[in-house]
Amino acid sequence: MARDKRGVRIDWTFFTALFALVLAGLAVVYSATFTMDRGSHSLFLKQVIWLGAGFICMGAALFTDYRRLERWGYILYTVAVLMLVAVLAMGRTGMGAQRWLPLGPFQFQPSEMAKLFLIVALAKYFSEDGLYNGHTLRDLVKPFIMAVVPVLLVVKQPDLGTGLVLLFIFGAMVVAAGIKFKSFLILATTAALSAPVAWGVFWGHLKDYQRKRILVFLDPESDPSGAGYHIIQSKIAVGSGALAGKGYLNGTQSQLSFLPERHTDFIFSVLSEEWGFVGSLFVILLFLFIILWGLETAGQAKDRFGSMLAVGIVAMVFFHTAINISMTIGIMPVVGVPLPLVSYGGTSALTTLAALGLLASVNMRRFKLFY
Amino acid sequence: MKYRSIYGGGGENTGDIKRRLWILAFFVAVFFIAIILRLWYLQVVKGSYYRELSESNRIRIANIRPPRGVIYDRNGIPLVTNTPSYTVTFTPEDAKKSPEVTGKLATILGMREEDLQALIRAEKNRNPYQPIRVRENASFSEVSMVEARRDELPGVIVQVELRRCYPYGEFAAHAFGYIGKITEDQQKMQEYEGLPSDFLVGQYGIEKAYDKTIRGEPGRRGIEVDAMGRQIRTVYTVEPVAGEDLLSTLDFKAQKAADEALGEKAGAIVALDPQNGDVLAMASRPGFDPNIFPIGLTGPEWKYLTQDPSHPLNNRALQGTFPPGSTFKLAMALAGLETGMATLDNTVNCTGGYPFGGRVFHCWQKKGHHTIALHKAIVESCDVYFYNLGNRMGIDNIAKYASYLGLGMQTGIGLKEKAGLVPSSKWKKEVRHEDWYAGETISCSIGQGYVNVSPIQLARMTGTIANGGVLYQPQIVRGIRHRDGSMMMFPTVTLWKAPVKPENLQIVKDGMQGVVEEPGGTGHAAKSEYYSVGGKSGTAQVIGMEKGNGRSGSKETHDHAWFVAVAPMDNPKIAVCVLVEHGGHGGSAAAPLAKKVIDAYMRMDEESLKEKAALANRTSASAKALANMTSARAKAALANRTGAKAKALANRTSIKAKTLKPVTTIVKKKPQVKKQKPPEKPAEKPKKKPAEAAAADSGNEALKPEAELPPVEDNTENR
Repeated sequence: MARDKRGVRIDWTFFTALFALVLAGLAVVYSATFTMDRGSHSLFLKQVIWLGAGFICMGAALFTDYRRLERWGYILYTVAVLMLVAVLAMGRTGMGAQRWLPLGPFQFQPSEMAKLFLIVALAKYFSEDGLYNGHTLRDLVKPFIMAVVPVLLVVKQPDLGTGLVLLFIFGAMVVAAGIKFKSFLILATTAALSAPVAWGVFWGHLKDYQRKRILVFLDPESDPSGAGYHIIQSKIAVGSGALAGKGYLNGTQSQLSFLPERHTDFIFSVLSEEWGFVGSLFVILLFLFIILWGLETAGQAKDRFGSMLAVGIVAMVFFHTAINISMTIGIMPVVGVPLPLVSYGGTSALTTLAALGLLASVNMRRFKLFY
Repeated sequence: MKYRSIYGGGGENTGDIKRRLWILAFFVAVFFIAIILRLWYLQVVKGSYYRELSESNRIRIANIRPPRGVIYDRNGIPLVTNTPSYTVTFTPEDAKKSPEVTGKLATILGMREEDLQALIRAEKNRNPYQPIRVRENASFSEVSMVEARRDELPGVIVQVELRRCYPYGEFAAHAFGYIGKITEDQQKMQEYEGLPSDFLVGQYGIEKAYDKTIRGEPGRRGIEVDAMGRQIRTVYTVEPVAGEDLLSTLDFKAQKAADEALGEKAGAIVALDPQNGDVLAMASRPGFDPNIFPIGLTGPEWKYLTQDPSHPLNNRALQGTFPPGSTFKLAMALAGLETGMATLDNTVNCTGGYPFGGRVFHCWQKKGHHTIALHKAIVESCDVYFYNLGNRMGIDNIAKYASYLGLGMQTGIGLKEKAGLVPSSKWKKEVRHEDWYAGETISCSIGQGYVNVSPIQLARMTGTIANGGVLYQPQIVRGIRHRDGSMMMFPTVTLWKAPVKPENLQIVKDGMQGVVEEPGGTGHAAKSEYYSVGGKSGTAQVIGMEKGNGRSGSKETHDHAWFVAVAPMDNPKIAVCVLVEHGGHGGSAAAPLAKKVIDAYMRMDEESLKEKAALANRTSASAKALANMTSARAKAALANRTGAKAKALANRTSIKAKTLKPVTTIVKKKPQVKKQKPPEKPAEKPKKKPAEAAAADSGNEALKPEAELPPVEDNTENR
């Protein structure tokens, strides 16, 4: 560990793990897209460009003091919400895809950015409210509204996965900021009692394909040719990788277009099939390391904002990873969220790298004296 | 932690947060342990089970071709459709253990095993386990043989697919074009992104120009096979999305008449609606049957179509450019009237020849026409009159007015076409780097020499003269019927109104009418007892062409016969151009063909007359009862009798009621008039670099070798 005179220290173990993950991700994206691209590698190259942009953002985040963000917290949040509204509005006027905004040859997905900006805004809020001994339900009304606005906008797109991740991030940050035990009990009891009603409303608002995914998760064999087919094929892909995998570029399931969305949501199946349990475990441990490192950073941060920021970022990476992997191995319903740094998808890669840059920024300034 | 003691103080109190992080850490641990255990279970405990499952993955995913959009005629009659057919596919990976399958399959399909294997190897871009189409449109006997021997043929699957079908064969084949497997070059183009490697796309004609609209989206079929690779059942199907339908401007009867009139004769016929540029008929010969393309062409057929010197795949109506011969005299007459060099009264004395530059340019009438004025010069096609007129006007005046009428330029129809050439002194300077010789003007005056036009240009010129000088962009597709049933209609595109006097146009029109209806006229064969017809014959001279290629039989040295016609003269509804290659005289070889097409469109051909007679017998039939009649043809026939308004109505109702499904909404684009300025100096036309233009115009497409040939027998200078 190196330390300069200002107390700024860079933890190279973290960056080694991060680079390893990014390289592994690129390799899998290449494998997953090369039959699709018919040799043009255009998807792969796009991903490389996005990652490059992500590393630039990461560098920017590293070399500026993260506490500057605190001042901008609510403004960034407003920008994110406005972009989500713009996406919906453009979608309605016939842009087709409602998740993306065009950005030259690339497409930009504001819902990814919204995650990061919500984290910043919530971190600012919780670090300033001065409630060290836990929040009551009333204390949580304001931050809840802050969280629920982007959630509703994202779900409307419809992008259920990102909506869920936003809610989980909020939950994790509330846990870290503290909730009074009594309030938690009330919340838990109300939730348990109202669950059937809430479920009914929720179920009623789901699109057909979303309902089908849930039903199919409960019983994949109920629709082996339709939605359940994906889960079955994904499980076959993962399982057939066995201990050592079938070898890079040799995944029969993956290369045969049995796997839907194999370069985005189901990228982990490709990885598991080609690299086996050993490779999967390696990648999972890289994620685990980054997440635990982030939690440690949160614990060691010098200020409450930094600490809450770290919690939010860790929550984001963790929920993405957990939901995505769980879905491909059949322990959760299919929810379309990308696997950070591995799935093909530019905005996701960029956001994740920028977020990890902030995390590292918090980490390396943990010894710095604030005057 | 130990640093904290050193740097302690200065930070905020974050202890409470730190305390709570253990809850989060607990969650993380639970999830990761669950994931790792699950992976252990799937990959290590049940790894070999899943490995086996994946190796014998029983699902083969076959692409389903979408039905392409139907192409209708202007009255809603489907002209290009889709029909169910059998496709035999083969998945080589399924037959690894039984190499004898290809031999057996080849025998059943009546092909050599090497050919079958070549076919399989050609599909190098496919995904493994992706079935390859080895026989499209398989016959019933082939299918039954495959089905009967299913057990011996692992990897062979028979599918039912919708195949593109051109029910009338060669009918308007060049206009519709054909489809074929997407080429490697096309696969790299954005327009064709994401299509399977054996997808069929339009390769020519309307099929190509509107491919994106009518192509549809492919579907998928998951077919379960057993461990031996034998087909068991279809597990799931993602239905393809059908393409959108096109409403063409073609008129079934007129098109049929045009195709039948040409028969086996090489040539082309184009009919346009002079009031809006709609293409009513477009025929070209030698032709081809577009049905054979998707099936896969065998060697000799393909060789004939692509390499035969007669170029059967070329649409002569658009891509064939020829000297217009005497049909050019219509443009000449207009130019003369506009420049004041010709009036109805001034005369020229035709003695059967026109001496110029030490030579004599002959009139086709060896005895001469004696004293002759403009009207008669058009009617009898006196060459000397126009030599004289052209010589006085000069080539640049001729070029100016010919360009106003749309000659020597692409029409913008949206299909592959050639521009041809209307020469000017500037053109010659830029392209040939030579001065213009006055003698060349003489040959151009009767549509020989450098002048080169396509049949559609002449048809449009005729329509423009007849409609009062408005030049339209020809259209062959009027609208698109979207999947939801709504229509999008394309507006008429007016290019410009030629800046010419209406009375001068009337004089030319009178001349055209005289050609067909006055004694001494050269186009009597186009005369009709039902309506007035105007026309102009033309004969493009072919002299000693294609020497040395061994095909110089006597027929090859016959002149090309032209005839342009328009009818009825008081309210022009159809303008026709007929070209018969090596047909001889326009008046005798081409004019009767023009009449057939006009009669068919006006519903005054024998068939329509019979229908009408039958209709008249049912005296009590009121207009209302007729409106409910089922026959779209009969309705159209009736509409013709009751006038244009009723006709339009009948067409609309017949589209609605009959062949097309109900129209829910008609989205009409703003009728935009694409105004272009008529070319001031058409001589300045060549926008391409001169060299390129020259290359393009003297193209190697062998259709127009006459272009640079000496225009008139006596003009030895050009020889």
